[in-house]
Amino acid sequence: MKILSRLYLILVFIFLYAPIAVMVLISFNSSESTTQFSGFSLYWYREMLRDSATLEALRNTLVLSISSAVVSTVVGTLAAVGIDRMRNRFMRGAVMSVTNIPMMNPDIVTGISLMLLFVFVGTLLGLESYLSFWTLLIAHVTFNLPYVILSVLPKLKQMDKNIPEAALDLGCTPLRSFFKVELPFIMPGVVTGFIMAFTLSFDDFVISNFTSGSSFETLTIHIYSMIKKSVKPDIYALSTLIFAAVLLLLVVYNMSDRSERDDARGKKRRELRFRGKEGGAAK
Amino acid sequence: MNRKKLIELRGITKSFDGEVVLDNISLDIYEDEFITLLGPSGCGKTTTLRIIGGFETPDSGDVIFDGARINDTPPYKRHINTVFQRYALFPHLNVYENIAFGLRVARIRDEEEISRRVREMLEMVNLKGFERRHVTTLSGGQQQRVAIARALINKPRVLLLDEPLGALDLKLRKDMQNELKSMQKRTGITFIYVTHDQEEALSMSDTVVVMNNGSIMQIGTPTDIYNEPKNAYVADFIGESNIVDGVMIDDYSVKMSGHTFVCVDAGFGKNTPVDVVVRPEDVDVVAPESGMLRGKVTSVTFKGVHYEVIVDIGGFKWMIQTTDYVAPDAEIGVDIEPDAIHIMNKSEYSGMFGDYSSFSDELDALSENTEEEED
Repeated sequence: MKILSRLYLILVFIFLYAPIAVMVLISFNSSESTTQFSGFSLYWYREMLRDSATLEALRNTLVLSISSAVVSTVVGTLAAVGIDRMRNRFMRGAVMSVTNIPMMNPDIVTGISLMLLFVFVGTLLGLESYLSFWTLLIAHVTFNLPYVILSVLPKLKQMDKNIPEAALDLGCTPLRSFFKVELPFIMPGVVTGFIMAFTLSFDDFVISNFTSGSSFETLTIHIYSMIKKSVKPDIYALSTLIFAAVLLLLVVYNMSDRSERDDARGKKRRELRFRGKEGGAAK
Repeated sequence: MNRKKLIELRGITKSFDGEVVLDNISLDIYEDEFITLLGPSGCGKTTTLRIIGGFETPDSGDVIFDGARINDTPPYKRHINTVFQRYALFPHLNVYENIAFGLRVARIRDEEEISRRVREMLEMVNLKGFERRHVTTLSGGQQQRVAIARALINKPRVLLLDEPLGALDLKLRKDMQNELKSMQKRTGITFIYVTHDQEEALSMSDTVVVMNNGSIMQIGTPTDIYNEPKNAYVADFIGESNIVDGVMIDDYSVKMSGHTFVCVDAGFGKNTPVDVVVRPEDVDVVAPESGMLRGKVTSVTFKGVHYEVIVDIGGFKWMIQTTDYVAPDAEIGVDIEPDAIHIMNKSEYSGMFGDYSSFSDELDALSENTEEEED
């Protein structure tokens, strides 16, 4: 039984990672063949780095995903705070459904509708080229927002409402109370929201494809346009690098998460040890 | 005593979602006073506290602090600090920084002064050496102390305490009660304390305010409240009471359960129906023939210091606390001294309390559990 379950697990992992493994392997191929591995080489990596258009696209993607993550984290956190403070349950439900729509909506619908909006407004304003970095940024913030809100909101719900009140009680204005007490409390949620927004933005192809002009090409769009011509192994090299970067990010994130958990466990242990001394301290 | 009024509540009314929580409350709070708001869950005591703290605004009525109306003053501008029910410590700060919070917010830059005052506070609450500890590693009692130190560091005129000992075990509660009382005496700060525990209220307070259903039932010293309850509600809520229907025959003479007793109350008029309160510890058990009243013992419970005896006297179940054992089902007589009899006017609460016919320990425990879930 144990062997069977192991086997099953191995099969699942093969299913999940075989495509990536093949891609990584082929990226080190010395020839252009995708069926025959003729020798290990870094040729395609060099080739990829020589391609200035690819590097430009990578730079664009980083700029876009970082800025959209920052904007949506700030806006989303504020929105979550507002939603959390709503007293009217019906209103809160309505607002939550509205914010969740971009998340549930198929990307293609969101993309087309955003493009239509940009074209409409752009024409109205008489702009020459209306699809640019800025439209892309707006589009990305739009689909990132619900994820940030959904990761911050539970943290706010967890917080004892007396905690911000205690800050007011001790002399903080509501604004100072937010920065000194509430923000540190919800920080883990904010960070998760940021990372989620960043990766979603980095990944996105469909919505970006509809809302970016010719002047600003993201990595996904660039790769797509390369594939349309011919698939060369330098794309595998690029994809391998991106995969490695994502893997690294994930490992770092999980490690910090675990150390936090270990910390909490350590605290509990210390607390238990301390309980014996309780009576003494009370006197 | 010639003390200065510090806080006045004038006709405070407050409702949440159309439900009246406070109904025309008026209350004077003096300087250097330990005052307790006492009542069951949902009686409005916490809301009263929150109005004084500035976390709720009254629908009507005035809150006056030191002569000035402060209805619209936000909490951060009031010289009032609060110890919250579940402590509400800042989890991202250690003990030292939690306590120093009020000073840092007040933009005191002198680190030496901060350090001195934090140490002073830590010493007062017996937490020396805990500076660097993280608040989440502390036990309930220690967190409580940090919360008190944090609230007192800004030297407020008034400290509000919202059931601060609710989460502590009995032994720790008793210790903290004494400590809080002596802290109040030492600092001279007015303490406004909210609790549903009548024993806690009686043992700590200078003044007790008994509340029910958004109204104040009685304001007085603990002895006043215990010995001279104003109505059946207060008599029942504070300690155990037998509340019997009686008729004031004349001044100093009251008839109940078919016997006319001598009492010390007067001024009710002739043949007036009244409520008569007799505390269980004030009833003497005597031989059946020689008692003023006689009845049959229905249950006996050993309580450590005394026996709790339920006696059926003419259909009314009395509770008697006695150190002498009596056997269940025995016939006994009871004597009541004149000064053990307290006469109250009839009120809306008459007949609702003070009969032990439905009494059982189980029921008692049940009602205590529901009280834990505070408003």
